[in-house]
Amino acid sequence: RFVGSLGTIVIKCKDLRIIQLDIPGMEECLNIASSIEVLSTLDSVTLLYPFFYRPMFEVLEDGWRSFLPDQEFELLSSATDEWRLSCINKEFSVCPSYPPVVIVPKCITDEELRKVAMFRYGSRFPVLSYYHRKNGMIMMRSSQPLTGTNGRRCKEDEKLINASLRPAKRGYIIDTRSLNVAQQARAKGGGFEQEVHYPQWRRIHKGIERFNILQESLIKLVEACNDQSHNMDRWLSKLEASNWLTHVKEILTTACLAAQCIDREGASVLVHGTEGTDSTLQVTSLAQIILDPRCRTIRGFESLIVREWLQAGHPFQQRCAQSAYSNSKQKWEAPVFLLFLDCVWQILRQFPCSFEFNEQFLIMLFEHAYASQFGTFLGNNESERAKLKLPQKTMSLWSWVNRKEELSKFRNPIYEANSLVIWPAVAPQSLQLWAGVFLRWNRPSQYLEEAHEEMVKIINYNKELQERVKVLRRHLAEMEAAERAQGNL
Amino acid sequence: VENVRLLDRLSSRKAVLGTLYLTATHVIFVENGSETRKETWVLHSQISSIEKQATTATGCPLLIRCKNFQVIQLVIPQERDCHDVYISLIRLARPVKYEELYCFSFNPKLDKEEREQGWKLVDLNEEYNRMGVPNNYWQICDVNRDYGVCDSYPTEVYVPKSATAHIIVGSSKFRSRRRFPALSYYCKDNNASICRSSQPLSGFSARCLEDEQMLQAIRKANPGSDFIYVVDTRPKLNAMANRAAGKGYENEDNYSNIKFQFIGIENIHVMRNSLQKMLEVCELKSPSMSDFLWGLENSGWLKHIKAIMDAGIFIAKAVAEEGVSVLVHCSDGWDRTAQVCSVASLLLDPYYRTMKGFMVLIEKDWVSFGHKFNHRYGNLDGDPKEISPVIDQFIECVWQLMEQFPCAFEFNERFLIHIQHHIYSCQFGNFLCNSQKERRELKIQERTYSLWAHLWKNRADYLNPLYRSDHSQNQGTLHPQIAPCNFLYKFWSGMYNRFEKGLHPRQSITDYLMAVKEETQQLEEELEVLGERLANLQKSQLGDNKVKSKQQDQSKQLRLSTSNNSLANTPQEYSNDLKSFPSWSPSQGDEEDSALILTQDNLKSSDPDLSANSDQESGVEDLSCRSPSGGGCLPSEDSGKDSDEAIFLAG
Repeated sequence: RFVGSLGTIVIKCKDLRIIQLDIPGMEECLNIASSIEVLSTLDSVTLLYPFFYRPMFEVLEDGWRSFLPDQEFELLSSATDEWRLSCINKEFSVCPSYPPVVIVPKCITDEELRKVAMFRYGSRFPVLSYYHRKNGMIMMRSSQPLTGTNGRRCKEDEKLINASLRPAKRGYIIDTRSLNVAQQARAKGGGFEQEVHYPQWRRIHKGIERFNILQESLIKLVEACNDQSHNMDRWLSKLEASNWLTHVKEILTTACLAAQCIDREGASVLVHGTEGTDSTLQVTSLAQIILDPRCRTIRGFESLIVREWLQAGHPFQQRCAQSAYSNSKQKWEAPVFLLFLDCVWQILRQFPCSFEFNEQFLIMLFEHAYASQFGTFLGNNESERAKLKLPQKTMSLWSWVNRKEELSKFRNPIYEANSLVIWPAVAPQSLQLWAGVFLRWNRPSQYLEEAHEEMVKIINYNKELQERVKVLRRHLAEMEAAERAQGNL
Repeated sequence: VENVRLLDRLSSRKAVLGTLYLTATHVIFVENGSETRKETWVLHSQISSIEKQATTATGCPLLIRCKNFQVIQLVIPQERDCHDVYISLIRLARPVKYEELYCFSFNPKLDKEEREQGWKLVDLNEEYNRMGVPNNYWQICDVNRDYGVCDSYPTEVYVPKSATAHIIVGSSKFRSRRRFPALSYYCKDNNASICRSSQPLSGFSARCLEDEQMLQAIRKANPGSDFIYVVDTRPKLNAMANRAAGKGYENEDNYSNIKFQFIGIENIHVMRNSLQKMLEVCELKSPSMSDFLWGLENSGWLKHIKAIMDAGIFIAKAVAEEGVSVLVHCSDGWDRTAQVCSVASLLLDPYYRTMKGFMVLIEKDWVSFGHKFNHRYGNLDGDPKEISPVIDQFIECVWQLMEQFPCAFEFNERFLIHIQHHIYSCQFGNFLCNSQKERRELKIQERTYSLWAHLWKNRADYLNPLYRSDHSQNQGTLHPQIAPCNFLYKFWSGMYNRFEKGLHPRQSITDYLMAVKEETQQLEEELEVLGERLANLQKSQLGDNKVKSKQQDQSKQLRLSTSNNSLANTPQEYSNDLKSFPSWSPSQGDEEDSALILTQDNLKSSDPDLSANSDQESGVEDLSCRSPSGGGCLPSEDSGKDSDEAIFLAG
């Protein structure tokens, strides 16, 4: 993240900023550089800032307890009684990357779940991700089935998956790998659901890239954005070569497909890739933003991040270690979460009035996922977080964000609740580079900020007038009533 | 022709059956069946090409490409019908006489006086006075009174006071098509100016004393500076090639105190091909991201836009920061020169960023200085090699600036799109012909209407809600980023894919804010009225004079209902415009607009239930259904649905 040379230290930050310090004196410079080097590459998680951070604000609400699975299930049970909370994973004994409690079909016993877990990669058996109130369709997610080359099957797995179907209805399995990749996975013991064993399900393959391909794409994109040359052709070809927008398009398209199956086709959906911790989560969480107006509120979006990313076991510590400027090749590094945020931004751009939060909120989440004074994004799953005792030892991001002063920065001034499903366009013409993140340090922001201020001013003035009119009307009505009463006397 | 199918470009599954009509001015497609009988109107003058494709089992496909970037795909069942339509359209789309154009038959039901008023809206004399000329340094010259010196120049041009008629005529003889240096923009604050001309006929060694004196006079008109820039907007290679034909560029040795500068903007042929390539990319069926970005890069379009902008930035900087006057030319001085001068003016002077000022700017730098609208935009059948999207590029530059400076422009994107539409539509007389001389001969002002008056009448639709004249961006010069600014240039899908509504954001911040602002205005008025009523009530209660208060109260109610009535125009225009925009030609939409407003107005005023109080309530409710998330989204969700499905499944 930094290169030191002759009295100049260049610090390349995870939020893509580049800071250059000119320091008089070779020795001092080297000292500072090596200190920064050491301090920025600590080995132990417990030495990180969140463990030393003492908040300067009053905690009104403990963010660690803001989004509990019980609340989520309560909401669900008001709509359907076909699902139950299972504590099968209480000690993280069945699946290390799942939370202690998960939502599964009522008719499946914990014993059966254990068998299904044996049949799925990393024991990530299918669990409920989303219930679509409009038509009762659901979305589940899991990891790949361990069919292997000889086509193993698991009766309990079939039963579990079919339990989510309505009588005589069909469902879709969205495999986030291309057919080719999925077939190759069989050689390593993985695989996909075969039609013969899952006759009521139609499988669709979508090639969402993973790991180093995404990481390379990010590195290329950031490099292109930092290229100071004046040549337009070079910029466009570098943007194209980074393939970043291709990934955005692919993920968004797959999420739209899942949402379309649920809302338009009236079918249930199961989403998985290989591990079910990356592209799977991108798809399930984006589909919910498209389908569920609640996820477009600040609170609802936070809850979505907690459910579909933190509790669902997206390995944040592995994926968000170094960001775009890493010299050393980190095997597990990948901007999966950033791509998700980018996709959300694309939808936000197309439906600017339908989100309670603004672009700054997304950028804030990006920053905290990579580096934070809060413990929320530490660890790779709930099990690790429990071991580190994060809720006891660190502060939650949500405790900070959900305070009135902070929220005011993240509110979209032109938000108007929109209860409809929102279908984003995914044509290349409709997608743009997320300048707020990638060009953040390279473009003047003054004029855009002014525009935002002006927008807030217009809205606030309008609200103020509405209030005043309301007060006056009431006042007038009272006086008129009084007068009438007087007249009647 | 009946049973014609109109295909949706994004998904072949979605086609509608209807009837095709050809009228003297429009192609009209009316859908069968659906209760609304949706109509698609296309002006003949908008048609840029018609392509008959190979007959298939279902019929004979006809592809109509329009100059406003609409692409219409029809399938006509009978080959013979298709051929007839094809032949007729080819004839109708390429008129040979000006009199055949739509503006000579277009009648917006205005009387003679209103039409004359309309033409007076933009007055260039007033504009030069606003700039501060004539003054001690600049004066009107009348050598071109009867177009005697240069037939593509206006009759009234400003030149330095020290330039005598002898110098001007002499200089004109040394310039291509006799387009001598004349004033385009004058900066009151520091006396620096932007002048324009065509290339000098210098060849390899020719020189002209009068031309040298002319440039000297321009320099002297700016006493604060001891040199002027001469900006040749062509690539150096092109300019050098011109020398062989006896034309070329100024030799710094022959002119005293000039600094010569090339800025490589490509010629009209390169630009035409570039647009063609970009439109091919826009027309691709479900392209991948790479296809699209690669195609965009390959077209070179954004590179050209940037070149024009860079030239404008250079000149604006010279004038505003260095206080140096600039003479701009290209070859003939009517394409690139117009682009560059107007971009520079736009950057320099906040007035041109207002709605009125922008009209003036186009009138000044394009219309009056003989930009060849007829040739460039193919209004009459002519040489296809003369066609080029010169002003389209200028309009895009403005849009790119609007994206960078959201509060700096009084008008919005819709304003630009409508101007672009009407440059090709020939519905108004403004952009007819190639020069002022031709327009005067045709008596355009007496026989046609002015677009500016039309736009001005509907200006509420074209306002940028974020614009504030007292904003920091609107004090003086705009400074766009020059350094790493490639990524600030974006593809303008609102223009080039403007008829593919499925590709665009489904909610518009602009529309939302416009609705909010309108509501705010209503609230302000209501507040005032309520305040007055309250004050009256208090007074009457104190005086215990009930009869009087009741009367007053009623008179107030009356006032409120009338004021709300006049306001009620705006929401209708707003929503009608939204409705009309997607499929009908805007010109038609506009006509419908005015008709609808009239009826709505009548309805409103004759509505007996219009008591003051209930109207206040409905005013507020109105907004919620007008706001994009309420009213706007429902239809768009439905219409977007099918095309989206196609895309997701195809991908």
